[in-house]
Amino acid sequence: MSILVNNDTKLIVQGFTGSQGTFHSEQCMAYGTNIVGGVTPGRGGETHLERPVFNTCAEAVRETGANATMIYVPAPFAADAILEAEAAGIKTIICITEHIPVMDMLKVRAVLDESDSVLVGPNCPGVITPGECKIGIMPAHIHQKGKIGIVSRSGTLTYEAVFQTTHNGLGQSTCVGIGGDPIHGLDFIDVLEMFENDPQTEGVVMVGEIGGTAEEEAAEFIKHSMKKPVVAYIAGVTAPPGKRMGHAGAIISGGKGTADDKFAALEAAGVATVRSTAEIGTKMEEVLG
Amino acid sequence: MNVHEYQAKEIFARYGVPAGVGKVAHSADAALAVANELGGERWVVKAQVHAGGRGKAGGVKICDSVDEVKKVASEMIGSTLETKQSGGVALPINCVYVEKPADIESELYLSVLVDRATRRVTFIASPEGGMDIEEVAEATPEKIMQIAMHPAAGFQAFQARQVGFFLGLDKKQVGQFVKVMKGLYEMFTECDASLVEINPLVTTADGGLVALDGKLNFDDNALFRHAEFAEMRDVSQENEREAKAAEFDLNYIQLDGNIGCMVNGAGLAMGTMDLVKLHGGEPANFLDVGGGATTERVTEAFKLITAGEGVKAILVNIFGGIVRCDLIAEGIITAAKDVGIKVPVVVRLEGTNAEEGRKVLDESEYDLIAAQDLTDAAKKVVAEAGK
Repeated sequence: MSILVNNDTKLIVQGFTGSQGTFHSEQCMAYGTNIVGGVTPGRGGETHLERPVFNTCAEAVRETGANATMIYVPAPFAADAILEAEAAGIKTIICITEHIPVMDMLKVRAVLDESDSVLVGPNCPGVITPGECKIGIMPAHIHQKGKIGIVSRSGTLTYEAVFQTTHNGLGQSTCVGIGGDPIHGLDFIDVLEMFENDPQTEGVVMVGEIGGTAEEEAAEFIKHSMKKPVVAYIAGVTAPPGKRMGHAGAIISGGKGTADDKFAALEAAGVATVRSTAEIGTKMEEVLG
Repeated sequence: MNVHEYQAKEIFARYGVPAGVGKVAHSADAALAVANELGGERWVVKAQVHAGGRGKAGGVKICDSVDEVKKVASEMIGSTLETKQSGGVALPINCVYVEKPADIESELYLSVLVDRATRRVTFIASPEGGMDIEEVAEATPEKIMQIAMHPAAGFQAFQARQVGFFLGLDKKQVGQFVKVMKGLYEMFTECDASLVEINPLVTTADGGLVALDGKLNFDDNALFRHAEFAEMRDVSQENEREAKAAEFDLNYIQLDGNIGCMVNGAGLAMGTMDLVKLHGGEPANFLDVGGGATTERVTEAFKLITAGEGVKAILVNIFGGIVRCDLIAEGIITAAKDVGIKVPVVVRLEGTNAEEGRKVLDESEYDLIAAQDLTDAAKKVVAEAGK
């Protein structure tokens, strides 16, 4: 088992023929991901990377039976692309694009809240189930099939957690980057619940950062609804209030969303926390015994 | 992105939000002309800087003659203003806003933002205007009302009535308040604002409502569809190096410490700063060079970091994903040579071809310190900065 994506995932790529879409589709295919086609409006009927190109998501789903999509459409058009995928009935929508306007994401979320499709991202590295399916921009070779579920708001910090859990032989069940934007799809709680119910996952690494209250809410969830051990790290202890640290969501505003608050909430919920990014892997070994 | 009060008020007016009568002036003579044009006996001259708390810092002056308006404007323009909210720096005053004073009866607070927890455009209102709203929320939370707009239904008049009566407005004022909130909601959503804050919104002796001050922030990610607002950017109000970084698409935030940091990825950049602090050092900056970490970007990043006085050592932390570490190592060496870095540089490379990358660093004639791992890197850079 694993969560979200696996050997049965049939993936299409929106923004398939662009430079980013092409490069990362090639990487995913090389990993073994079953890409069944792509969507670029106006280029339907062409073949790209030996896969069919469609004008619309609806057509792509009808012709290929795709059940997941990976979106590289530029920010001004990305919200439209997400909604097109949802309307086509695609169940797993993974949006890599960054810099999507907040107002667009409010509308997207309102639609997804009433839908049985799930959105991962935007502004995220994607989702990978090592050995089965890679959807996104993460470097494949650092991953190893195993028993740790990883969920993170940050791309490169996910890679750190992956690298460390590969290095000590634990490996990963699935790694999910939920993205660094204030309004996004799946949140920590959604992914934690999936890991709790996934037999392959024995422990979970959660990587948060300053801004918002998602980590505090996750702490409550872990306390009441999780039996599997969780190791958490929060980035941004040294971040000053009012300054946006790269990610659109990473800002301490009105004195809320500090790393210290989040560490405190997680520790109160019995989560094993680490203050150093370098200690995620060793801490996981320790809690698994 | 932030705009000035005079720009915010201009946009308020388009949406029917009353913002008083006034005009911007870029010189003392222009201020005099505005005062004459407005007429009356009293005028308020307000320094235009991107920070709140101007009144207490001397950036708002009431004048009883047009000559005084000219004098105050000439003193303000060309000088600087540091307020409690200007982040420890004095901001240049390039223009002033001259307006007719309002006959204030009471001061209210009203703001609009996106609440990320509920994922709704949300109004925050309080009868305690003119105060620090965070202090009001702390001391007297019952004096704050929050009301969220449904994404499909949008603004509804009953919501504004609810807030209006909470604020203690009378029947006539509530009628006006409904228009103010409706205008603000339309402005917020159509303009892709990220924050609108009116503190204070005042009731006047003749029963009217006026936005006495106006703070307006736009969502940077949406500026592509608002060319007019993008042109309102005033880089003189921004940190010089941060603005320069933005030109090269680098994420840079200046801090007070002495250890420069260059990292790929925002999360890892924060994590690296935290690690430096954990090992007893103080980061001089946040800097995300992005996924590419090409020679060009690394060069610009080194220039930004070394432009700061007091940087004693630099930590480069790159997790090479798609990009190979040996290529990144070569880029770092070239950039360090070009920029002529005088302080020790500790480099931690991990990911694709990390071994080869470390070898390139070790064999380079340029004196870079290769770290074995993340903890080693933090310890080494803190030690170097302490020498």
